Amino acid sequence: MAIVRSKPMQQIYVWELPVRIYHWINFVCIVVLAATGYLVGSPVALKSTAEASNQYWFGTIRFVHFTCAYVFLFNFLFRLYWGFAGNEFASWKNFIPHNRAQWKELADVLRIDILQTRQEPLHSMGHNALAGVTYFMMFLAFAFQVVTGFGMYAAMSTSWFPQLFAWIVPLMGGDFAVRQWHHMMMWFFIIVGVIHIHLVFYHDYVEGRGTTSSMVGGWKFIDVERVIERIHSEVGPRKKKSKSD
Amino acid sequence: MSSHTHRTLLEQMQEQGYSRRDFLKFCAWISAMIGVESTGVVSVVRALESKPRPPVVWFHFQECTCCSESFLRSSHPIVADIVLDRISLDYTETLQAAAGHQAEQALHDTMQKYRGEYIMTVEGSVPTKDGGVYCTIGGRTALDIVKEAAEGAKAIICWGSCASNGCIQAAKPNPTGATPIHKIIKDKPIINVPGCPPIGEVMAGVIVHVLAFDRLPQLDGLGRPKAFYSKRVHDSCYRRPFYDAGLFVETWDDENARKGYCLYKVGCRGPMTYNACGIMRWNCGVSYPIQSGHGCIGCSEAAFWDNGPFYRHLAAFPGFGIETTADNIGTAAGIATLGGMAAHAISTNIRKRKLIATTDGGVPKKGGDE
Ligand code: SF4
Repeated sequence: MAIVRSKPMQQIYVWELPVRIYHWINFVCIVVLAATGYLVGSPVALKSTAEASNQYWFGTIRFVHFTCAYVFLFNFLFRLYWGFAGNEFASWKNFIPHNRAQWKELADVLRIDILQTRQEPLHSMGHNALAGVTYFMMFLAFAFQVVTGFGMYAAMSTSWFPQLFAWIVPLMGGDFAVRQWHHMMMWFFIIVGVIHIHLVFYHDYVEGRGTTSSMVGGWKFIDVERVIERIHSEVGPRKKKSKSD
Repeated sequence: MSSHTHRTLLEQMQEQGYSRRDFLKFCAWISAMIGVESTGVVSVVRALESKPRPPVVWFHFQECTCCSESFLRSSHPIVADIVLDRISLDYTETLQAAAGHQAEQALHDTMQKYRGEYIMTVEGSVPTKDGGVYCTIGGRTALDIVKEAAEGAKAIICWGSCASNGCIQAAKPNPTGATPIHKIIKDKPIINVPGCPPIGEVMAGVIVHVLAFDRLPQLDGLGRPKAFYSKRVHDSCYRRPFYDAGLFVETWDDENARKGYCLYKVGCRGPMTYNACGIMRWNCGVSYPIQSGHGCIGCSEAAFWDNGPFYRHLAAFPGFGIETTADNIGTAAGIATLGGMAAHAISTNIRKRKLIATTDGGVPKKGGDE
């Protein structure tokens, strides 16, 4: 017999198109940057008989890495802007816990979704509080990669743009340290990326609210009663800050 | 020695038997070295023939004298002969004729008489631990001497990695607290000329620049003269085409090593090392490490000793032992993550079973009427 969920669900439009586009550009960039970056760090051994003048694969790998870095940066900058221009789910306020409700949700997410010591479901609409904080750390990591990456790139570029980041090299004590940390941070991306995908699947698997497909179509499902609650809290006596739930 | 300082370089050269023609050739050569444009040669000539050379004091602290050696072997004889050997230095422990009290007296006199005018050059780092007892000269610690000498100096030139960034004696755990000059002296213009040793011509170029133009050469963010340190060894490396083609030496005795492929994968530090080795080369332009088949070890970069092992591309990660690279740690963290995820997935499935069995969305059903 089919198992039927009796509580009605409502569709809400959470991720606007720019957010979705950002997400997928970012995804492609990170995959390409990590793959090419790894190769730059540990190039594969190529036993080739061709003359060096007929090959350029390592140069191409680096070129792809640098080009992708630009795309990544501008995409990232766009997202920062959208944190102020986008809807409530895209707002920067989701990423920095600044009220008690967010801290409480953060603790709840930890207990319910990560450690699974409690069972009742938690229905965040946009990012949950823990995800928000994680993405904020991710943004810091983005910024770190941009600064260290372009800082190293400055030495091999005549363009003015990378020179804006040249200050990081003396600050960190030389290219060696910069490269070491830039490389280390790649692993942070790989690990956080893997966990991210795992948890997206987890949420969909347990809650069945379309978390995975929401990044394609923008829609998520939520219990009708939660929506009503939310409308009440917004229409009712004015709250100081709109809760992201 | 200090009695010579009121004369110009030309006068001093002529005294040594050099002709004006020799002098002009030297000026043209050194101008090319320091990268002034051809019209600038005139100002170098003017300066060196008319301005009295400022006094130079040259200190030796925690060092091996390889900087002095390198300078002496600079390809132009006048550098060693005139600038360094005979006349130029008012005080230098290694080369001066005077010894003991006489030498200290000469230093003292120069510092008194030319206060605010003399150029202070330092070879070696300064130990700061335990009151600086690990390096003393004439009963005084290097720390004391540096502070006193720097006060009256017009500018400070730090020769070599020791004075510029600490070099080997500052390698972990740095038992003597070896410290580069720029971390001790904050209020004087400082030129860092790193390298272990720096190239002789680079040293000559820097000192002539200061003497001729009476001001510092253009410096980069780490206080290094841009003329010599703005490009990486990698940028002027003749093996660079192999790098771009992705052709690397894999082991020291493989076919690729014989073919002279790029040394990146066997630890070449050229891509992180700012120096002029690829252009000026060593021993009068004979060769440089990479040309001789050995990767660059990055001797002019800060903490190059701590970024080992030399024959590995990725450095050992601090705190994890010499064999551990960032990639080992990353892989371990990745495996731990996968383990955590597996545990999480199992617990999720147990939960989901309960969920499907009991609820519509996690709320236990009441009385079984659904
Ligand atoms: S040998 Fe070293 S400096 Fe030369 S191209 Fe290869 S990595 Fe660069």
